[in-house]
Amino acid sequence: MLANLTALLSTTLRMATPLILAALGGMFSERSGVINIALEGIMLIGAFTAMAGSYFFSPWIGVLGAVIVGMIIAAAHALVSISFRADQIVSGTAINIFAAGITGFLLRLIFGDAGQSPSVQDVGTWKIPFIKNIPVIGGVFGEQIPFVYIALILVAVSYWILFKTPFGLRIRSVGEHPAAADSVGINVIGMRYIAVIMSGFFAGLAGASLSIGLLDLFVKNMSSGRGFIALAAMIFGRWTPHGAMLAALLFGFADALQMLAQTIGLTFVPRQFLLMAPYILTILALTGVIGRSTPPAADGEPYIKEEV
Amino acid sequence: MKKLSLFVIVALTLTLVMGFSAAGTAQDLKVGMVTDVGGLGDESFNDSAWRGLQRAQEDFGIEINVIESNTMTDYTPNLSSFAEQGYDMVWGVGFLFTDAMGEVASMYPDVKFGIIDAVVEGPNVVSATFKEHEGSFLVGVVAGMATETNKTGYIGGMETSLIQKFEAGFRAGVKAVNPDAEVFVAYTGAFDDPQAGKELAFTQYDQGADVIYHASGACGIGVIKAAKERGLYAIGVDSPQYHLAPAYVLTSMIKRVDNAVYNEIKKLYDGNFEAGVQVYGLDNNGVGIYRPQAENMVAQEVIDKVDEYKEKIISGEVVVPSSPDEL
Repeated sequence: MLANLTALLSTTLRMATPLILAALGGMFSERSGVINIALEGIMLIGAFTAMAGSYFFSPWIGVLGAVIVGMIIAAAHALVSISFRADQIVSGTAINIFAAGITGFLLRLIFGDAGQSPSVQDVGTWKIPFIKNIPVIGGVFGEQIPFVYIALILVAVSYWILFKTPFGLRIRSVGEHPAAADSVGINVIGMRYIAVIMSGFFAGLAGASLSIGLLDLFVKNMSSGRGFIALAAMIFGRWTPHGAMLAALLFGFADALQMLAQTIGLTFVPRQFLLMAPYILTILALTGVIGRSTPPAADGEPYIKEEV
Repeated sequence: MKKLSLFVIVALTLTLVMGFSAAGTAQDLKVGMVTDVGGLGDESFNDSAWRGLQRAQEDFGIEINVIESNTMTDYTPNLSSFAEQGYDMVWGVGFLFTDAMGEVASMYPDVKFGIIDAVVEGPNVVSATFKEHEGSFLVGVVAGMATETNKTGYIGGMETSLIQKFEAGFRAGVKAVNPDAEVFVAYTGAFDDPQAGKELAFTQYDQGADVIYHASGACGIGVIKAAKERGLYAIGVDSPQYHLAPAYVLTSMIKRVDNAVYNEIKKLYDGNFEAGVQVYGLDNNGVGIYRPQAENMVAQEVIDKVDEYKEKIISGEVVVPSSPDEL
């Protein structure tokens, strides 16, 4: 029983990790007023870059490459949606399609295989000495891939940035009421650029966690819709870091539970319903059935400075 | 300027299309193949079908070509495109082609069509289906004899009747040689999610399984990685998958899509094209089992048992169930 619980929570944590990271990225972007549905595509490109970085150099250079490339792609989204004021959904969709194409193309070009990359070195696991010996908790938190710890730490850091620093206040203000923020001298355009580029950092990291954290290779389309589930986690978590984390953990738990239920032959709930859980919960959150979930007031609206 | 950019677009598109084409020698017979969304490099039935075409090209000097589909909406235009260009035979690889194939085949009655894993009616269509349950039975025999915990696992992709054939055969094979063994059965609900495959495999290994068979596309890469991490065993599917983790992949169930495609092209080449359903099983090398690379991984008695059951299935002495309901 205890072993089952440990395994269940351990799987939950690993399934939730890429979701937490990508959801944090989405949160920064939307808090500043820019919708970023390109998380899915940036994750995929991040996953590829991390694998390639590990193949040619080392795993951690791969991780670094993933966040840098993630930020560059996000900067393109920022340019199109903030400066050119184009439709943010269209720009995001374009990036998602581009990501599937470019990763498939480079996979074939560099590795001569259209389906998957060769195995590369992964980032390994981190062991936490004292925690490791505690029952259950030790099994869950004692030894995991580094991204698990990084994601949890980044939740706390993001909370601090967003709610405890003047910088976070500025991000929130340009997303709620850009005109008012502008009138007190905040650079709306600049803040939005920074927030969107930050989202690329997180989504790139999420991608790296998939390819060289949880696995040790890149597989075509391996993000497999996680960028969109991360957006759902962000919405369900009401655009807060801790909320997004809890939502991602809940989604991860639903996954882990259905895996265990199937394996031990418990079919009291059809697994299709457990697979649907993230989406149903998000719809319920959006429709106000479970609490109220209000997006930042200026989310998705390009800012046009009024001429004096 | 506009003309120039139009030219550039057309040129680029052509380059892309041609880039994925194979150079064929100019001969009478032209055979085209359209992949499903898995595309070439899936290490599964798309690659296998393409090997069949390539072999036919070597042996009969025919001209071959392939178009890769990006989305399911590409199927109809891609099939039509070959038919329009005067190809003699066009293959659609995978059951996802069922509707598109039915539509296009009736529009081009003079062109011969072939589909894998599904049945499409028509005087000009050959449907190649496989007895995956027979091959899965044989790897079930291996798993049933190799397990030390008396617990084995099966991980499927999407729970369609096709993927259930693998489940039914595997479970029957395990039971045949080891009636006390347990088989955990679970589906990932996807074919492209290695993380889900890996976590599901961990879940089954945690419950005591020591051999897991998968029929879950790219999810299986995760299953095999999990086997390696735990030091336990996995069984591959469709193509030999030992190279993903040489010491941890006991064997693989092989689906010879290439043999089926080659065979049907040969019939056309010989002027004996036959429309209708062609079933490929153990008896005509449509499915089979891949001998493990490492000699000592599977004991000789296991290999003998596999051969014994193979004979029994071919002779009809053992009938393998094709759906879990028949177990």
